Amino acid sequence: MADKTKNKTENKTGNWALNKSRISQATGRLGAGLDTLRTWWDGAQVWQRYVVYLLLVVGALILPAPAIGSFMSPESDWTTILIHPIGTYVLLAMGLNVVVGQAGLLDLGYVAFFAIGGYSLAYFGTEYGWNFWATLVMGTMMTGVSGVILGAPTLRLRGDYLAIVTLGFGEIVRITASNTDEIGGARGITNIPHPPPIFGTEFALDPAPYYYLIVSVIVVVIIFAKRLEKSRVGRAWAAIREDEDAAELMGVPTFKFKLLAFATGAMIGGLAGTVWAGKVIFIEPNNFPFILSATILAAVVLGGQGNIPGVILGAFLIAWIPERLRFLAEYRILIFGAVLVLMMAVRPEGLLPSGRRRAELAEGTGGMGAMGAEVAGPTATDAAIPEARS
Amino acid sequence: MTQQDTVQDTAASDGQALLEIDDLTMAFGGVVALKNATLTINTGEIFALIGPNGAGKTTVFNVVTGVYRPTSGQVRFAGGRIDGMKRFRVTKGGVARTFQNIRLFHNMSALENVMVGADAHHRTGAIGAALGLPWHHREERRGRELAREMLDYVGIGDRAGDVAKNLPYGDQRRLEIARALATDPKLLLLDEPAAGMNPAEKQSLQALIRKIRDSGRTVLLIEHDMGLVMHISDRVAVLDFGELIAEGLPHEVQNNARVIEAYLGAASDAS
Amino acid sequence: MFQDFIDQFGTSTVGGLAVGSIYALVALGYTMVYGVLRLINFAHSEIFMIGTFASLWVITTVGISSPLTGIALVGLLALMILVAMVASGGAAIILERVAYRPLRKKGASRLAALISAIGASLFLQELFALEVIPRVFDRPGRNQAAVPRIVDRDVLFSIGNADVRTDHVIIVIAALIMMVGLDQLVNRTRIGRGIRATAQDPEAAVLMGVSIDTIVRVTFALGGAMAGVAGVLYAMEFENIYYNVGFILGIKAFTAAVLGGIGNLRGALLGGIVLGLIENWGAIFLGSQWKDVIAFIVLVLILMFRPTGILGESLQQARA
Repeated sequence: MADKTKNKTENKTGNWALNKSRISQATGRLGAGLDTLRTWWDGAQVWQRYVVYLLLVVGALILPAPAIGSFMSPESDWTTILIHPIGTYVLLAMGLNVVVGQAGLLDLGYVAFFAIGGYSLAYFGTEYGWNFWATLVMGTMMTGVSGVILGAPTLRLRGDYLAIVTLGFGEIVRITASNTDEIGGARGITNIPHPPPIFGTEFALDPAPYYYLIVSVIVVVIIFAKRLEKSRVGRAWAAIREDEDAAELMGVPTFKFKLLAFATGAMIGGLAGTVWAGKVIFIEPNNFPFILSATILAAVVLGGQGNIPGVILGAFLIAWIPERLRFLAEYRILIFGAVLVLMMAVRPEGLLPSGRRRAELAEGTGGMGAMGAEVAGPTATDAAIPEARS
Repeated sequence: MTQQDTVQDTAASDGQALLEIDDLTMAFGGVVALKNATLTINTGEIFALIGPNGAGKTTVFNVVTGVYRPTSGQVRFAGGRIDGMKRFRVTKGGVARTFQNIRLFHNMSALENVMVGADAHHRTGAIGAALGLPWHHREERRGRELAREMLDYVGIGDRAGDVAKNLPYGDQRRLEIARALATDPKLLLLDEPAAGMNPAEKQSLQALIRKIRDSGRTVLLIEHDMGLVMHISDRVAVLDFGELIAEGLPHEVQNNARVIEAYLGAASDAS
Repeated sequence: MFQDFIDQFGTSTVGGLAVGSIYALVALGYTMVYGVLRLINFAHSEIFMIGTFASLWVITTVGISSPLTGIALVGLLALMILVAMVASGGAAIILERVAYRPLRKKGASRLAALISAIGASLFLQELFALEVIPRVFDRPGRNQAAVPRIVDRDVLFSIGNADVRTDHVIIVIAALIMMVGLDQLVNRTRIGRGIRATAQDPEAAVLMGVSIDTIVRVTFALGGAMAGVAGVLYAMEFENIYYNVGFILGIKAFTAAVLGGIGNLRGALLGGIVLGLIENWGAIFLGSQWKDVIAFIVLVLILMFRPTGILGESLQQARA
C-alpha cells in the first residue's frame, strides 16, 4: 500500500518535472528563434533593411483589410482596434522606450503625459475652438515642458526613488484633473474636435482616416527616434545607462541628457494623447489610471526595451491579445499580472532584445545580485563613496 | 573654459604650472583622506603619485576631476580654479582620466566607447540629430574618424567593433586610455594603468605613455609598479595617510628614508 | 481660515496620529525589504489588503453583530491580529518565493524585479476581486465591503477641544506594541542580527554563516505580519475595505518610509506619524479631496531636498 502511494507521488513529481522542462525547452527554442532573427537583422546589409522597411510599410497599409480583421478581431471592428489600443500603445511604448529603454530611467507615471496631451486638445479645442493641428503642436510642446518640470527636480534621484516619484506624479495629474472643474472635473470633457479634413478626406465616424493618421505619426516618430538613437544623443543615453558617473567624467552632461530623454518621451506621449483624444472625442480622468503606465512599461520590457522593433512588437501584443481573448475579459488583468511575473522569471530581456540589452539584462549587471541584496553597481563604488584604499 | 587651447600652444608653454593643488584637505565625516596637500604638476611632464594602499591617491584624482568637492583648499588648472566644478565641465576643460577598476561602457563596442569621449566636443544637439542636419553628420563623421585614430594610437585599432567587455584585460586598459584621449585632454590622469599587466604589456604601456607626453600632453599617474614609475616619471610625489611626505626626482624619492618607512613600516615594527 | 485650523487642530491631530500609526506599520514592511534587498516591494500593498480581509473574515466567522467592550473586545482584536498576521505574513513568504526569488537567483536587474512586483500586485488584486471575495465573503468582488463596527466610538478623554476616542487609542497602542516587539526582535535576537548584517554587507554576512534565503524569508514574513496588523486596524477604523484598498495606502506608506529614512525602522514610525499629521492638517486648508495629492507632494519634496529622510540612518549603517 505504501509502495503504491510512493510510486504515485513519484510519478506526479516526475510528470511535473517533465512538464516544467518541456516548457522551458519550448521557451528556450522560441527565444533562440527570436535571437536568430535579431542576429540576422544586426548583420543585414543596408539594402536588405530597406526592403524590410518597404515590406513593413506595405504591411501597415494593408493591415486593416477585412480578411486579416476577421482573424485578428472577430468581435469588434479591426480598424478601430488598430487605432486604439494598438496604435496608441505603439506610440506610447516608443515614447516610454526613450526614457526607460534608451536612457535607463525608471518612469512609472508615463500616463501623465498621455493625459496632458489629451486634455490639451480637449480643453483648447472646446474652450477656445483651436483646431486640431494647432493644438497638436501646442499639446506636444506643453507635454515637453511638463517633462522638463517633472524631471528637473527628480532626475537626480536614484532609480527606485525616481520610479515612485513619477508614479506619484502620474497620480497627481489624474487626481488634479478630477478635482479641477475648469477642465471638466470628474465628468471629463466632451465634444472634442476631430481633425479637419486632409486632402478631402473627412475625419468623422469612419475609422480608416484615423488609422492612416496614426500610422503616419508612428512612422515620423520612428524616424526621429532612430536618428536620435544613432547620434551622440543616443550614445550619451547608452553611456548614462551603462555607467552614469563614468559617462559624466568623459564629458557627457548627464543631467541635461536625462532631462532631454524625459522631455522627448513626454512629447511623444503627449502626441499620442492628442491624436487619441481627437478620435474618441470624450475624455475623463479615469482614462489615465496607473495601470496604463504599468501596461506601457510592460510593453516596453516585454518587447525588449531599448530597440524600436522589439518595443513595437511588445506594444502590439500587449494591446491586441486582450482584445482577441475577449472571452477572458474578466480575467484580463489577472492573467496580465501573472504573465509579467512569469516573463521576468523566464526571459527578463524581453522578446526581441537588442544584442546589447540581452547581455545587460540576462546576466544581471547591477540590481539584485546573486547574493540576494544589491551588489553595488558601478555608481556605488569609485566615484560615490569615500575611498578605502589608494 | 569654452575655448580650447590647441595642443601646440600647450607644448610651447613647457615647464609652466598646469595643475596646482593648493593646501587641499578632503574629509569624509571623521575620515581625513587628504591633509593639506600641495602639489604642482608642470606642463609636459610625466608625474607619478605613489604611496601605500589607502594613502589617498585616488582621492586626489576624484577631487581634481570634480567627483568630490574639497573640504578646504583649491585646485587650479591652467590658472583657473576647478575645484567643485561640474565633472563634465572639468573634462571639457581639458582634464581626462582612467579608472582603477576599469569603467568602460561594457556593452558598447570599443569604437562606441571612444566616440563617447569624442562627443565631448561635439556641438550639435538633439534637434540637429533628429532633423539630420548636415553639420550633425559632419561632426558624426569626424568623431568616428577621431575614435578610430585613437584606437590605432593605443594599438587596438583592429578591435574597433568588439564589445568592450569581451576584450582581453590589457586591451580594455588601452581602450580606457583611448576613450580619455578622445576628449582631447591637456592633462591625462591614469589610475594604476599597469595593474594586472604582464611585463611585455608594461613595456608597451611605457612606450604609450611616453608617446602621449611627447605629443604635447601632460600625464599624472598613480602607480604601484616601482620599476615603471622610476623608468618614465620626470617627478614623483609620495602620499601616506593623506599627507605628502616626499616630492622630487625619482631616485631622490626612492632613497628617502620616510618613504621607505611608509612602505615597509617603522624599523621596530619589522619582524 | 486660520480659525478653522485652530478649531479643528485637536481632532485632526488625533486622527492624524491614528492613521499615521497605520501608515507606520505598513511602512515597516517596505523599509525592511528595501533595506535588505534594495527592492521596492510593490505588492506589499496587497499584503496589507489581505490583512484587511482576513480581519473581516474573523469578524463574520465569529459573528459579531454589535460593538464589544472589555475582555471580549481585547479577545476579538487579539484573534483578528493573530489571523491577519498569519495570513499576511504567509502571503508575503509565498510572494517572495514566487515573484522575487527566481530573479534574485538569476541576478536580474532592478527593472525586472520592479516589473515582477507590479505583476504580482495586479495578480493579487484581481485574485481577490475575482475569486476570493466572491467565494469567501459572498459578495461582488469589486464592491466595497462594509466592516461591522466592533468598538464603540466613545470619547475616552479630551485634550482641549480634541476628543480622543477608544478606536484611536486602540490603534496607537496596538501599533506601538507591534513596533516595540519588532524593534526588540531586530536588535536583540540572532535572526535580527542576521537581518542587519545582510542589510549592511550581504557578502560578509554569508561568510559569517548567515543564510540569505532564510533572512529574506524572515524579513518578508515580519514585514507582512506588520502589514497584517495594519489591515486589522484599518478595517476597524474605516469600516470599509475593497480589493485595491492597498494601492493609495501603499504609496503613502512608502512615502512614510522614505520620509523617515528608508531602511530605518524607527524612521518608518516617525515617517508614518508625520505623514498622517501633515495630511490631516493640510486637509483642513485644502479640503479632504486633496489629501492624496498632499501625500504625493510630500514625497516629491522629501526626495528632492532630503532623500535620506528625517532620521537619515538606515538599517545597514552602524547604530550610534
